[in-house]
Amino acid sequence: MNPLAAIGRTFLAFLSATGRTVTFAALALFHCATPPWYPRLIVRQVLDIGYYSLPVVGLTAVFTGMVLALQSYTGFSRFQAESAVAGIVALSITRELGPVLAGLMVAGRVGAAIAAEIGTMRVTEQIDALTTLSTNPFRYLVAPRMIAATLTLPVLVLVADVIGVMGGYAVSIHKLGFSPTVYLASTFDILKTMDVVSGLVKATVFGFLVALMGCYHGYHSRLGAQGVGQATTYAVVSGSILILTFNYIVTEIFFPE
Amino acid sequence: MTDGTAKISVRGLKKSFGRKTVLDGVDFDVAPGESLVIIGGSGTGKSVTIKCILGLIEPDEGTIEIDGDNATGLGGGDRDALMAKFGMLFQGGALFDSLTVWENVAFRLIRPRGASRREAREAAIDNLGMVGLGEDVADLHPAELSGGMMKRVALARAIAARPDIVFFDEPTTGLDPITADVINDLIVSVREKLGVSTVSITHDMASVRKIADRVAMLHGGRLVWTGSAGEIDASGNPFVDQFINGHADGPIAMDVRRP
Ligand SMILES: Nc1ncnc2c1ncn2[C@@H]1O[C@H](COP(=O)(O)OP(=O)(O)OP(=O)(O)O)[C@@H](O)[C@H]1O
Ligand SMILES: [Mg+2]
Repeated sequence: MNPLAAIGRTFLAFLSATGRTVTFAALALFHCATPPWYPRLIVRQVLDIGYYSLPVVGLTAVFTGMVLALQSYTGFSRFQAESAVAGIVALSITRELGPVLAGLMVAGRVGAAIAAEIGTMRVTEQIDALTTLSTNPFRYLVAPRMIAATLTLPVLVLVADVIGVMGGYAVSIHKLGFSPTVYLASTFDILKTMDVVSGLVKATVFGFLVALMGCYHGYHSRLGAQGVGQATTYAVVSGSILILTFNYIVTEIFFPE
Repeated sequence: MTDGTAKISVRGLKKSFGRKTVLDGVDFDVAPGESLVIIGGSGTGKSVTIKCILGLIEPDEGTIEIDGDNATGLGGGDRDALMAKFGMLFQGGALFDSLTVWENVAFRLIRPRGASRREAREAAIDNLGMVGLGEDVADLHPAELSGGMMKRVALARAIAARPDIVFFDEPTTGLDPITADVINDLIVSVREKLGVSTVSITHDMASVRKIADRVAMLHGGRLVWTGSAGEIDASGNPFVDQFINGHADGPIAMDVRRP
């Protein structure tokens, strides 16, 4: 075993996987952007992806906001800088934690479900059946999920932003003894449109990535139940890693310093 | 048959997966209205052959013509137009489990053809009637059906859009002998009613005797024997004899035992 050869092989495999993913993404984009669309399917996916993710995302947001308030209070009280709590909560939630945590939750819930569903359809020849019924699987399966996830995640994140800030507010008022008016005033004082917008742009990108990874791994699922299980795992792991990677890239674009 | 053009004409079909050669030069024709049955052991490439004709698998070499027109390497609209001539019953049924039975049967009528849902439902129920299923199953989901019912629904879906050519991949596998015979009868009656050409794959000799006009035996990537259904018992071909009689010893078994 030559270690250099092993490294080389891994690198080549990585490149070819990247190439396949980019090709898949391009095909998916093409089918998202051109008619015919299937509105019924898109609506169903919006419900599946968006509506049913609300509880998970909401709970994540509220506890994150609460813990942020508590942590930053205990931290900043060492410098008598407690008044920064409201700003820290608002900025962290809207810029970072709202989109990233919602994205990761959705990657776990939705990315896995998409991969399992499409993977099962691959394994049971339902995707071949679609083709023989003159229906393009990219149009029928991939595009509705990509469109729905890309449109829905920003809405989810907006909800998460509000709930997260409320969580921080609740802890600050009821536990840390802040005055409601002062807390709200400093929140809105610090928060700029760009903070929220950058978070929503992130959410759009994350929604696209989660659905892309779910569809890609499901579509290329290996045969058998094991293949579907593997596709599901890959979808969640690669979706999460891409979210964290693109989180940095989008941040860099919005706030280049 | 009058104009002499074959419905399907396959020449020199080759397909390998990695280093494994599955098809190594397969040739056959299917005449209009004819029923060809392909037999052969598991993993000899029967399903791959059909999938090449359907364009689900791209062949490495060879030509496939449908009604005299090339059918390989087609994309987009041409492929969809060609698919309109085909009906396919998949080995596992491949019913869409997110849809109800009638939506499955009417799938091609709703999506590409744009029929209204009411019309499509009526057409679906007609087709379910043709395979002996009542309106009561129309609103069930595939998961609620037995294996035999699933095959019937899949058959109804395959013929719903009135194709010219229907493919059956192991229509009777996994069914009890009586249900299998019912499916065979349905295939025969559908073929008589619609006048379609059919290509079927099976391991089941009862099925062969019932539905075949002509039989082809696939082995080692080639068709080792082709003949009319009546000749099969007197083929004089050791592969066919062994297959019919289901003996472990013979040319096929020797092949399997080779490391
Ligand atoms: N998509 C694929 N990728 C890799 N190998 C494949 C693929 N499809 C089929 N094969 C291989 O080709 C061979 C023939 O498969 P095929 O499904 O045609 O067999 P079959 O004759 O239909 O057998 P059975 O009667 O068991 O269905 C098998 O060894 C299978 O492993
Ligand atoms: Mg098969």
